[in-house]
Amino acid sequence: MRYSGFRVIAEALTGHKGWKPVWRDPTPQAEYDYIIIGGGGHGLATAYYLAKEFGQARIAVLEKGYLGGGNVGRNTTIIRSNYLLDGNEPFYEFSLKLWEGLEQDFNYNAMVSQRGIINLIHTDAQRDAFTRRGNGMILHGAGARMLSRDEVRAMYPWLNFDNARFPIKGALMQPRGGTVRHDAVAWGYARGADQRGVDLIQNCEVTGMRIENGRIRGVETTRGFIGAKKVGVAVAGSSSKVMAHAGMRLPMESHVLQAFVSEGLKPLIDGVMTFGAGHFYVSQSDKGGLVFGGDIDGYNSYAQRGNLPVIEDVAEGGMALMPAIGRVRLLRTWGGIMDMSMDGSPIIDRTGVEGLYFNGGWCYGGFKATPASGWCFAHLLAKDEPHKTATAYRFDRFLKGLMIDEKGQGAQPNLH
Amino acid sequence: MIIQHPILGPRDAQEFVYLGDASLIERPDGMTAGVEAFHDYLYQRTNPAGEHRELWYHEQGDRSWLVVTRNTVTHEITRVELARDVARSKGRSK
Repeated sequence: MRYSGFRVIAEALTGHKGWKPVWRDPTPQAEYDYIIIGGGGHGLATAYYLAKEFGQARIAVLEKGYLGGGNVGRNTTIIRSNYLLDGNEPFYEFSLKLWEGLEQDFNYNAMVSQRGIINLIHTDAQRDAFTRRGNGMILHGAGARMLSRDEVRAMYPWLNFDNARFPIKGALMQPRGGTVRHDAVAWGYARGADQRGVDLIQNCEVTGMRIENGRIRGVETTRGFIGAKKVGVAVAGSSSKVMAHAGMRLPMESHVLQAFVSEGLKPLIDGVMTFGAGHFYVSQSDKGGLVFGGDIDGYNSYAQRGNLPVIEDVAEGGMALMPAIGRVRLLRTWGGIMDMSMDGSPIIDRTGVEGLYFNGGWCYGGFKATPASGWCFAHLLAKDEPHKTATAYRFDRFLKGLMIDEKGQGAQPNLH
Repeated sequence: MIIQHPILGPRDAQEFVYLGDASLIERPDGMTAGVEAFHDYLYQRTNPAGEHRELWYHEQGDRSWLVVTRNTVTHEITRVELARDVARSKGRSK
């Protein structure tokens, strides 16, 4: 069924009796050409592009829980391509271009809203660094603007401009950045993949991998053995657990990141904003809640829930930037498990096992990467060579000294 | 989280800085180990879901390094040792 405005009107006039389930609930077949482990944003996007752009068939997505129940349903929904380094920026710009055409492409309303993102500047050194970043973005076609203090004031007059320690001096803006309805991304990709014959198999946990003579033969699951010619792993925070089935250790740690939403407010923030003096970023949802977040908790965790000190720290960041929210009540907080890599950048690569491919290490920037991650992983799976925007995302970059370390923190995952 | 410091008793985890897997104590010998061994030491992690031995530094306290055994699924801490003692038991420190 194709969705459109006319369809909504037609269904409204006929009692909404024509709507069908959006995807099937198939029983796993004995063998597939491709198995994607992980039914989150990246896994579903991979399956979708494998079928649609690379013409592949006999594809299954295996999901331990329910589709989109992990980080794609837990993030703060921001999309942007404001990276500095050559290994990253073309990839994220490719992703942003895919976001711009996504809804027409998969015929689903993902509420892509390019409301603009600003990174606030508080010092001269920060202005220099953001100017350089903005120039890098412009060179890669991403577009960027430096805003003066007065321009920022015209947008958000109620910010704390004259804070004694962290006065606001301006901002780097990417007008094409914005937000997307995150659940709809998972649902849109799932529906698009299902329509093209992909089997989306939920409640199916991978418990082992069958590897013979250095080649993958399939995966053991809670629903029995499923054979496969190629297996792609896209499981974010569970990467180390799943790849341990293949005897691999990864250059990453799993950490918990919390996110927050306040009670609904009248329109206050029409774009996305990041505080430059502390780790705090915020946007306002269409329901009116302030959606914001900050640092990861900072210690290895698979708990999907964080602790109070980080909540306090994030709230302090918010108060320093926006004293006006002092009496706003927090509605919900939650946590997701981040696959924090050793240089803060992802991996989309082959492994030592023939036919086994890996996609992970997204740290807490995986959501914006979803379309390009799926596209590039599908490219790698179908053609056995990396997509041109993802050639740097290799396992061996740590051995060769080719790290992509945007923050320059070194091999310390909890600081990226 | 509360960390039972072996010398100071119960301390808030906020007083500490987290480094990571306690295997970082076992740095390869720079004179004999190859590049691969250092790569594995510096970059590769077991990253278990469950019991994890990890290094915490009591920066806002007595500046001791601790090896904390903590469950990464429940955050429960079951054992705390001085990293000095752990290193000595491995014949590393003097």
